[in-house]
Amino acid sequence: MTEQQHRRRQVVVVGHGMVAHRFVEAAVERGLTETHDITVLGAEARPAYDRVALTSFFERGAKALSLLPSGKYADPRVTLRTGVEVVAVSPRQRIVTLHTGEDLHYDELVLATGSYPFVPPVPGKDLPGVFVYRTIEDLEAIRKAAKRARSGAVIGGGLLGLEAANALSQLGLQTHVVELAPRLMAVQVDAAGGRTLSRHVEQLGLTVHTGAMTEAILGTDRVSGMALKDRKPIDVDLVVFSAGIRPRDSLGRAADLAVAERGGLLVDEHCRTSDEHVYAIGECAAPGGVMYGLVAPGYAMAEVVVDTLLGGGGSFEGADMSTKLKLLGVDVASFGDAHGATEGALELVYADDVAGVYKKLVISGDGRRLLGGVLVGDASAYGVLRPMAASGLPLPENPEDLILPAGGGGAALTLPAEAQVCSCNDVSKGEIEAAVDAGCETAADVTRTTKAGSTCGSCKVQVKKIVEDHFAAQGRVVDRSLCEHFALTRAELFDAVLVHGYRTFDEIVEAHGRGRGCDVCKPTVASILASQINGHVLARENRTLQDTNDAFLANIQCNGTYSVVPRIPGGEITPERLIVIGEVARDFGLYTKITGGQRIDLLGARMEQLPAIWRRLVDAGFESGHAYGKALRTVKSCVGSAWCRYGVQDSVGLAIMLELRYRGLRSPHKLKGGVSGCARECAEARGKDFGVIATEKGWNLYVGGNGGAVPAHAQLLAGDLSTEELVSHLDRFLMYYIRTADRLQRTSTWIDSLEGGLDRVREVVVDDVLGLGTELEAAMATHVDGYFDEWRATLEDPEKLARFVSFVNAPGVPDPSIDFDTTREQIVPTTVDLGAAIPVGAAR
Amino acid sequence: MSDLVGRVSSAGERVETMTLVCELDRIDPDSGVAALVDGEAVAVFRTYDDQVFALSHYDPFGRANVLARGIVGTRGDVPVVASPLHKQAFDLRTGQCLDDPTVRVASYDVVVREGLVLVGGRRPPSPVTS
Repeated sequence: MTEQQHRRRQVVVVGHGMVAHRFVEAAVERGLTETHDITVLGAEARPAYDRVALTSFFERGAKALSLLPSGKYADPRVTLRTGVEVVAVSPRQRIVTLHTGEDLHYDELVLATGSYPFVPPVPGKDLPGVFVYRTIEDLEAIRKAAKRARSGAVIGGGLLGLEAANALSQLGLQTHVVELAPRLMAVQVDAAGGRTLSRHVEQLGLTVHTGAMTEAILGTDRVSGMALKDRKPIDVDLVVFSAGIRPRDSLGRAADLAVAERGGLLVDEHCRTSDEHVYAIGECAAPGGVMYGLVAPGYAMAEVVVDTLLGGGGSFEGADMSTKLKLLGVDVASFGDAHGATEGALELVYADDVAGVYKKLVISGDGRRLLGGVLVGDASAYGVLRPMAASGLPLPENPEDLILPAGGGGAALTLPAEAQVCSCNDVSKGEIEAAVDAGCETAADVTRTTKAGSTCGSCKVQVKKIVEDHFAAQGRVVDRSLCEHFALTRAELFDAVLVHGYRTFDEIVEAHGRGRGCDVCKPTVASILASQINGHVLARENRTLQDTNDAFLANIQCNGTYSVVPRIPGGEITPERLIVIGEVARDFGLYTKITGGQRIDLLGARMEQLPAIWRRLVDAGFESGHAYGKALRTVKSCVGSAWCRYGVQDSVGLAIMLELRYRGLRSPHKLKGGVSGCARECAEARGKDFGVIATEKGWNLYVGGNGGAVPAHAQLLAGDLSTEELVSHLDRFLMYYIRTADRLQRTSTWIDSLEGGLDRVREVVVDDVLGLGTELEAAMATHVDGYFDEWRATLEDPEKLARFVSFVNAPGVPDPSIDFDTTREQIVPTTVDLGAAIPVGAAR
Repeated sequence: MSDLVGRVSSAGERVETMTLVCELDRIDPDSGVAALVDGEAVAVFRTYDDQVFALSHYDPFGRANVLARGIVGTRGDVPVVASPLHKQAFDLRTGQCLDDPTVRVASYDVVVREGLVLVGGRRPPSPVTS
């Protein structure tokens, strides 16, 4: 091999937005980094983030938006440099020059510099209080200014303008939308759809000015109002421009690359500019002279360039500009030929002004094919209609069924395998079905595998339905029966017990099951009864249902001994109590280890020692830590504002309060909580089923996190809560989970399994759409009021204590098979193999 | 209970040589207790219909004396105990593991006499058919 063949080729990517990030992902996935080094130069200080979801920055924070939270790519052949400005490109020398003066050589250059917001030359546009809406920094500035403002206006009533208006409204400002065109979202919807949309927006308390031209932004040292042509001026303290975007193509222009008439670097179908080693993708590019202001076409361009660099023949053939989004709580969708521009096109319209629903289908002149449409107020049919228009499926007999309410016509339609379901990531129905065939069990699995539904999320319902239909077509039933004894799910069983008021397993299995139960359904029933009745888990009628951990109120270990974990609420413990734990461990010869939940595990206790150990612990003021139960374990905390110089709230106090409130609560799986006293998150609260993080104004509540084999980060349920609101939300959340989750389903998978996911949880818990709030809180109140320490109660009951013996006929004789070695000055189990007692493969 | 006694008698064992373990009431229906019989750890089970069974207490998978602490139930028509360590099910009547045909734990003769549970010797490997 020659030296030349050895040399790794250098790809330089300018820009690190969503499209550049996709380029790197695709390059790594498809093996481009086997032969090429990639250097990405991002001008913004932070790595790529989800600009489509920019508005959710206010509720979720910058971290949740990040597409690369670690700040670097796992593939070592990719280098990311942020905060780096490229000031010049020299295609002849194949060099880019950085603001520092540094020159970087490239073999192939990919420009992904995106776009910038267009600010029309209106007098007053440079006054303090005037903003654009493009980056996280813009939003931070708007949020800061909004604190001192009462009202604000957004100039531009397009897609992004309405997002910005939503943000201002969420920030508590009296909000105006000023749009030059005669309707909102003029590009996507028609006149009637625009009217329906305006009505929705105005019902939310916003003021819409359509056909209104901004003549000037008023104010001397800062914004005080706006002058509109032929209308009265409006008083506003803050103005956001959202009047469209322009390609950021200046680097290419300066390098004499060809530029499209309306801006953007002119590229061919391989996204190659007029220089053969320079590519442009995303909003700075204009394939065929057209600039695309959506992320999906940008992704497609990124894939095309990766393919080209690998020697493939992929090409960019224009993009579907269909859009579906929820703006200010209103569904808006537009797809295909939404304006009926095709010659001879017919329109089919359904409008319900009362309900605020407007739907229009654009149909070919021969009435046989769907060309496009507009949906406002109810976009549920989008999942079927968009692929139908895109793939040219013949229309059904009565096309009006597609848009009539509750027609169900859409659901009955079958899409062809090649129909594109996820337009952001270009995933077809056939690819989704193939993912199921390859072993995906749920829609969430499919999303992970194919990326379908992972960007804007608008096709998630459609993906779920395709997965379920595909299961059904194969005759595969998703069996959710608990076990052979109950053809019910845990949630159904929970309801049956609630409705009928059963108190014993026998009643339940006779009424709803068959056989005598097993190690799956018995502990499940025990947990359901414990959640509803709050009795002692060792009460005679139900104790045989308990797993051995619950049956002996301790955790069984590999050699048949148990571990003991006293509750240490919030991880706070006095020196005296710490000494007691040490003394107990020493006196009973136990192994001690600090747990991940900020408490102390005492291991190696023989079953018959448990009462004596607990007698000592209870006398010193300890109570059960429920480490043995599918129950609340701990609420971990950082040291909080009492000591920490960064803390903004008393995290320890809150953690103790929550741990004491929910102690003893039995649930489908173990439950853990955490409370951090500031955004540094030292309590790792977002790794818990419920995590609370202090803010200046109160508490942010996150739900659905866990560690373990499949770690999950908790997601924001609600922000800036008072302690009272926090407790109410948590009461509802936990009870809703306990009532509806499957056996051994942790909160994260439970949330994923709900139709609507976290949004559904928010509807039920925060918005109380099911009207269950009071009932759920009452159920929790019953638990809290009925709590007692089950170890103390056991010690007080000789009948329960009698079970803690090694042998029923020789209570004083320790189990001879239990023995210990010593490692690092502590005991460890020795394996005593009684293998001779097992007739393996005995003849029958 | 009479059939059990009859079965033991027909097997030629004498009740008088058995070890008294406990009163039947000491065992909750559908559960087990551990007993020491001639130096061996034995798990004695009582099912919901007051039948009693005795198996070795030793779990050959987990290698620990724990079987008496397993959950008692049914798999199909077979009365079983599930190991509390890793949940393998054992046929209470024979000690046969239902999850691994090559594994069986020892079973013991057991009778109830006037409310008392008596455990006898280890049964031969081939099961007594009931």
